[in-house]
Amino acid sequence: MDRYEWDQVQEQIYRKTEADVIRALQQERRSIDDFMALISPAAKPYLEQMAVQSQRLTQQRFGKTIQLYAPLYLSNECQNICTYCGFSMDNGIRRKTLSTHEMDAEANALKEMGFEHVLLVTGEANKAVGMLYFLQAIEQLKTQFAHISMEVQPLEEEGYRLLHQAGVQAILVYQETYHREVYKQYHPKGKKSNFDYRLDTPDRIGRAGIHKMGLGVLLGLEDWRTDSFFNALHIAYLQRTYWQSKYSVSFPRLRPAEGVIEPNFIMEDKDLLQLICAYRLWNPDLELSLSTREREHFRNHAIGLGITSMSAGSKTNPGGYTVDPQSLMQFETSDERPVSEIRALIQQAGYDPVWKDWDPVFT
Amino acid sequence: MSTLNIAGQAFQSRLFLGTGKFGSATQMEAAVLAAETEMVTVALRRVDLQQKQDPILSHLQHDHIHLLPNTSGARNAKEAILAAQLAREALQTNWLKLEIHPDPKYLLPDPVETLKAAEALAKMGFIILPYIHADPVLCKHLESAGVAAVMPLGSPIGSNKGLKTIDFLEIIIEQSKVPVIVDAGIGAPSDAAKAMELGADAVLVNTAIAIAGDPERMAAAFKDAVQAGRNAYEARLAPVAQVATASSPLTAFLD
Repeated sequence: MDRYEWDQVQEQIYRKTEADVIRALQQERRSIDDFMALISPAAKPYLEQMAVQSQRLTQQRFGKTIQLYAPLYLSNECQNICTYCGFSMDNGIRRKTLSTHEMDAEANALKEMGFEHVLLVTGEANKAVGMLYFLQAIEQLKTQFAHISMEVQPLEEEGYRLLHQAGVQAILVYQETYHREVYKQYHPKGKKSNFDYRLDTPDRIGRAGIHKMGLGVLLGLEDWRTDSFFNALHIAYLQRTYWQSKYSVSFPRLRPAEGVIEPNFIMEDKDLLQLICAYRLWNPDLELSLSTREREHFRNHAIGLGITSMSAGSKTNPGGYTVDPQSLMQFETSDERPVSEIRALIQQAGYDPVWKDWDPVFT
Repeated sequence: MSTLNIAGQAFQSRLFLGTGKFGSATQMEAAVLAAETEMVTVALRRVDLQQKQDPILSHLQHDHIHLLPNTSGARNAKEAILAAQLAREALQTNWLKLEIHPDPKYLLPDPVETLKAAEALAKMGFIILPYIHADPVLCKHLESAGVAAVMPLGSPIGSNKGLKTIDFLEIIIEQSKVPVIVDAGIGAPSDAAKAMELGADAVLVNTAIAIAGDPERMAAAFKDAVQAGRNAYEARLAPVAQVATASSPLTAFLD
């Protein structure tokens, strides 16, 4: 990654020509350079062709299926200041961390909806939600769910090893932005302000032998094209190094949240679809995930165009499903339809909603 | 078409089906019936054993269909053995498709771990059908370990690229004392027919049927192709002439 300078990469992306795009579309195996062409403005007129290829490749690799998962927010305590996030330390809100009983109630609510894959989410607060809390939560939840993922603060390698042994299958850590200076502006305080520590996190996850890791950038902090190129470059390196791990990419577009800033860079629906298709064409085996941050209209149509997993009926606040629906949300969700409706939607599109695609026996 | 025999069990159909990747369980069931298959694989990771009416299993309740649980998801012998035991208990069968792929990208089978697991599972009384590379030496080792059949790949799983490993499949078929089932990569009925013409005992197909425009009809097409290929093999194909026969033989002067 040291070989790539932000400004140079950005210039290269914007200088890609129609001929580069056509060449990329015609390849059977695509390089990172082809990915660059496919996310470039020059590829905009080729979106339909990209979508057709993306659909074919996704069906070939994943079948006509969409995996369903739900986030389970355990805590909104956080000692970081992230200027775009509702949980930011400087946001004067009521903080909440789920107790054992509350976690149980929330888990039951998710099980009743049919979920088998759960994503545990917290802010970064090592006292309220540290390793002991995590291990306890996993011990409690692994009897109920077939697949547990986590999206929490970056940990040391040993921490990931413990989580893996405890039964966690996937860890999600988003770099937010690969632009070092811009990262600093958005994360002025807390452990998260250390750009390099966060950047090295996937390596620690990989060394600890975690089955799957999720990467992504917060779309809207910087130029999405340049940031996504760096994200792809990161994945390419990780895939070669930790070849026994699976990789997934999420596409969080900056959403309104209490007391936070507006996005600097606007990413249109067309851009997002272009990015999803570019990832698929470049790397047919990546899991691509779309959350309820996205609007109904986009989610309705994104099924079948490259996405392999979706959340549904999500609450982004601790206790949001049943215990404390009024606690502070990390961000506002856009697609608030109940799970039953999302399931029907997937079926109408000719896809099979998959609740369970893992078994704890493999951990 | 002769009957296929694996571990004392007779099969009229030489087409095995995978049950993943279909757009719905109903569609999968229709394809399974149209294929007239008697053996379907079921991924343990997809089945919800706690649920009474698992959507996959409830669509496979037909007397002529045998379930072949697979260990997909296992990355080493240890995980595969645990999965096998769970599958045996839950699905009440000691048949097992042994599948170990540490590489989640191309899902290529691990020969070392597969042999290790096969040796252990055979001692535990499993009827093992291992998914492997088209490696003739590995096949002989597995045979000695006590597997009931071997399942070499035609090309990477889900690739629909056909029989890229054909030269090695021919050696495996020539040498094997257990049935050879060509698995993975079969993209079209013609690929299946070709495998059967070579003398494979059966083929396993999933992606090519599951994501076809009309899976049910494609399943029927595969059924016909497998039968045609097998019949051609049993009828003994006329050899392809390697050299032309001269109309004035070069050795005529000897007569």
